[in-house]
Amino acid sequence: MTDHNERSLAVANVSRRGFLAGAAAGSLVLAIGLPLDAKAQEKKFGADGMPNGWRDDPRIFVSISPDGLVTVTCHRQEMGQGVRTSIAMVVADELDADWSRVRVAQAPGDEARYGNQDTDGSRSLRHFFQPMRRVGAAARAMLEQAAAAQWGVPVQEVRAREHAVLHERSGRRLDYGALATTAASQPVPAREALKLKDPSAFRYIGKDGLGLIDNQDITTGKAVYGIDARAEGMLYAVMARPPVFGGRVKSVDDADTLKVPGVVRVVQIAPPDIPSEFQPLGGVAVVARNTWAAMRGRDMLKIVWDDGPHASYSSDTYRAELEAAARKPAKVVRRQGDVDAAMAKAAKRVEAEYYIPHLTQAPMEPPAALVQIKDGKCEAWACVQAPQATRTRLSERLKIPEENVTVNVTLLGGGFGRKSKPDFVLEAGLISQAMGGAPVKVTWTREDDLHHGYYHTVSVERLEAGLDERGMPLAWLQRSAAPTIGSIFAPDPKHELPFELGMGLVNAPFDVPNVRMENPEATAHTRIGWFRSVSNVPHAFAIQSFVAELAHAAGRDPKDYLLDLIGPARIIDPTEIGDAWNHGEDPKLYPIDTGRLRQVIETAAAGIGWGRNLPQGHGLGISGHYSFVSYVAVAAEVRVDGDRLVIPRVDIAIDCGPRVNPDRIRSQMEGAVIMGVGLATTSEISFKNGRVEQNNFDSYEVTRIDTAPREIHVHLVASHDYGHPLGGVGEPGLPPVAPALANAVFAATGKRIRRLPIRDQFLA
Amino acid sequence: MATLVINGAERSFDGDEDMPLLWYLRDVAGLTGTKFGCGVAQCGACTVHLDGTAVRSCVTPMAAALGATVTTIEGLSPDGNHPVQVAWRDLNVSQCGYCQPGQIMQAASLLKENPNPTDEDIDSAMSGNICRCGTYPRIRAAIKQASMGDRK
Repeated sequence: MTDHNERSLAVANVSRRGFLAGAAAGSLVLAIGLPLDAKAQEKKFGADGMPNGWRDDPRIFVSISPDGLVTVTCHRQEMGQGVRTSIAMVVADELDADWSRVRVAQAPGDEARYGNQDTDGSRSLRHFFQPMRRVGAAARAMLEQAAAAQWGVPVQEVRAREHAVLHERSGRRLDYGALATTAASQPVPAREALKLKDPSAFRYIGKDGLGLIDNQDITTGKAVYGIDARAEGMLYAVMARPPVFGGRVKSVDDADTLKVPGVVRVVQIAPPDIPSEFQPLGGVAVVARNTWAAMRGRDMLKIVWDDGPHASYSSDTYRAELEAAARKPAKVVRRQGDVDAAMAKAAKRVEAEYYIPHLTQAPMEPPAALVQIKDGKCEAWACVQAPQATRTRLSERLKIPEENVTVNVTLLGGGFGRKSKPDFVLEAGLISQAMGGAPVKVTWTREDDLHHGYYHTVSVERLEAGLDERGMPLAWLQRSAAPTIGSIFAPDPKHELPFELGMGLVNAPFDVPNVRMENPEATAHTRIGWFRSVSNVPHAFAIQSFVAELAHAAGRDPKDYLLDLIGPARIIDPTEIGDAWNHGEDPKLYPIDTGRLRQVIETAAAGIGWGRNLPQGHGLGISGHYSFVSYVAVAAEVRVDGDRLVIPRVDIAIDCGPRVNPDRIRSQMEGAVIMGVGLATTSEISFKNGRVEQNNFDSYEVTRIDTAPREIHVHLVASHDYGHPLGGVGEPGLPPVAPALANAVFAATGKRIRRLPIRDQFLA
Repeated sequence: MATLVINGAERSFDGDEDMPLLWYLRDVAGLTGTKFGCGVAQCGACTVHLDGTAVRSCVTPMAAALGATVTTIEGLSPDGNHPVQVAWRDLNVSQCGYCQPGQIMQAASLLKENPNPTDEDIDSAMSGNICRCGTYPRIRAAIKQASMGDRK
């Protein structure tokens, strides 16, 4: 029975990320022998396809106190995307609440109650805009019902407006606060009977001008992140983890550690089984009265490690392995027409290989969590993107029934995919258990974060095109070699999963008659995890760089060439070009619209003044990429100043469908440009002898204010009416940034960048 | 017993004087507005004012703070309305917000020394403060807004 449960949980986790929506996923389920009923085989899309789906019961998400304060419970995690503000905007608008009297409470991990809480995949508003509208509308209806009952008038005669219900005929008015108690006992209206606002009446949705709900707390230091959690009698822990993934402690001498004033105890945590999924890496924890004492104690540990099977993992040799794999025929993942025949008759052939290294998310708040166990109940305070997964894993690992595990979600000081994995919370739980349940906060140092991450994959992308007389591709052959995220869930998989291939590889929407895409084998030697935009980063870099190379080979303007390659505006069913995943969305509702892709490219180009005369040493580059069912293009200007690469201006255009919070869409685009500049120009995680070579921000270089573009112009294009489905925002801005910059470097210097980061390659 | 003044309140200290001020503030004094980001003065998340000057508290030992006056984000202004804080809210600078106490303390220090900074002055003063979310354009705009606010 236990065995069966564990298997179920493992699969639930896998499905959490949409694996089950992919074509190959059915076999994954069958392979581990789970019963499949007919219902499970039905393909579900959007929020319906996510574990525990969605809820829209106002009693779960809205409470109103007698003083009229409206509290909206946000079940999605805040990591800078603005979701606490945006969800509250949606509810408050339909509720007709006064924004100054709206507060947000954060839901604990409890998907049975709140619906899916896994905050990733740029899904929060895409999946919960409509349910949250209904929450607000239902709460408004209950307030109206309560007022009508109190006044003894038909409910049709009353209406809610600006935090009160009015009866115009009699001039009576009751504030929401005065109705709070009676409204709570009103029946919840049927979903079908709800009257949603006409979008022309929106006061908050789609509008600027509302401040962030957490502005005051953030700017005064009161905001609480996972690392800030405190409890009475709390102990502080840091851990020494195996320097090589898959390693373990051979022996430990903690005599000097225990002499450090403030150190309380040293606790060992066993290494995980492989695949290790979200389990901690194991190692030696030092528990102390404060973080500093714990860190000093850790410095004094004498540990002999068994490095395990990955001790020879080195990035330079691994790159050569990926290159060798990419130069041979491999598993075909998209086939259209006859590439070999078309190549044979091409007027010109162009080929290129691109290398995109490992990266790490490096959120400014490193992983940190507080856990205590009291009277058989476990309570955690943690900065986690997936609180339900955190709760389930704590329950399993600590052997405490899930109903006795509470995961309180703090603000996240950045996430970017790192905090989708609750390994660090499990560490705190295990150490607390070893300390008799005492509250224990585990803090990762920056070195821990860089050395023991869930890294963005490392890729070699090989492309080959056969061009016709006009320089347009007759044939497109691409091999994408990269270790898969599936390697943390399954024993040694060799191929990318459908959701990775569907991130800008097999769904590349080009008007090319013969296409073959292949996925060579690759072995993971470290933990591979989600990094903002995931596989879109290497796929977009390679493809959008290659398009500019083809334009050059054809002697054409890169923007015009890119538009011609995309071809005329048309609707593409992604399943027909090999992408059965489609970001988990219904291909009918979310087809690829090349007209929208064309429009963002033209908008970004117009923004930066594409084609204008530039001073010597300047160059413009452009790229466009479809991901997370949104369309983004980036146009960048670079200038080479001695040995420095300066970025005077970037224009980024997004079409994400209808907008909820335009200010946060802009801020996500600004942030994507800046993170994109970092991964394009300086950031790299490399391994030598199984160990990460970077230690801190001096060697893992990210964008700073003086290396950021001096100007970033965000263009929100093509506002759609609210009947259209929403696209993602948090991630799709990132993938087109690096290729636009690399293409601009080529325009400025004639030096083609085929390896990230750019660093000083333009000097060579 | 050695003492220091934090946000106007005198506190005594008899612990390890090698302990960085950061961990004293966070773990002992319970002032968690000052953030840990790198521990080696590379990111600026831990910026506080020591006798009025911006310092990285992660590399400032208690020995250097004893006898001094420390201002943290919690004490920057009594009502949270320092012109920098106001500008930060007006422009919705923050994304995740984690680095912003350090950014705000650094910006307040810049404006105190240089009430009308140029872009280059801002780059120079703020380049030690990392924001992984990428709020730099708004940080720049907010510093300029706050500098104009100061002049009014």
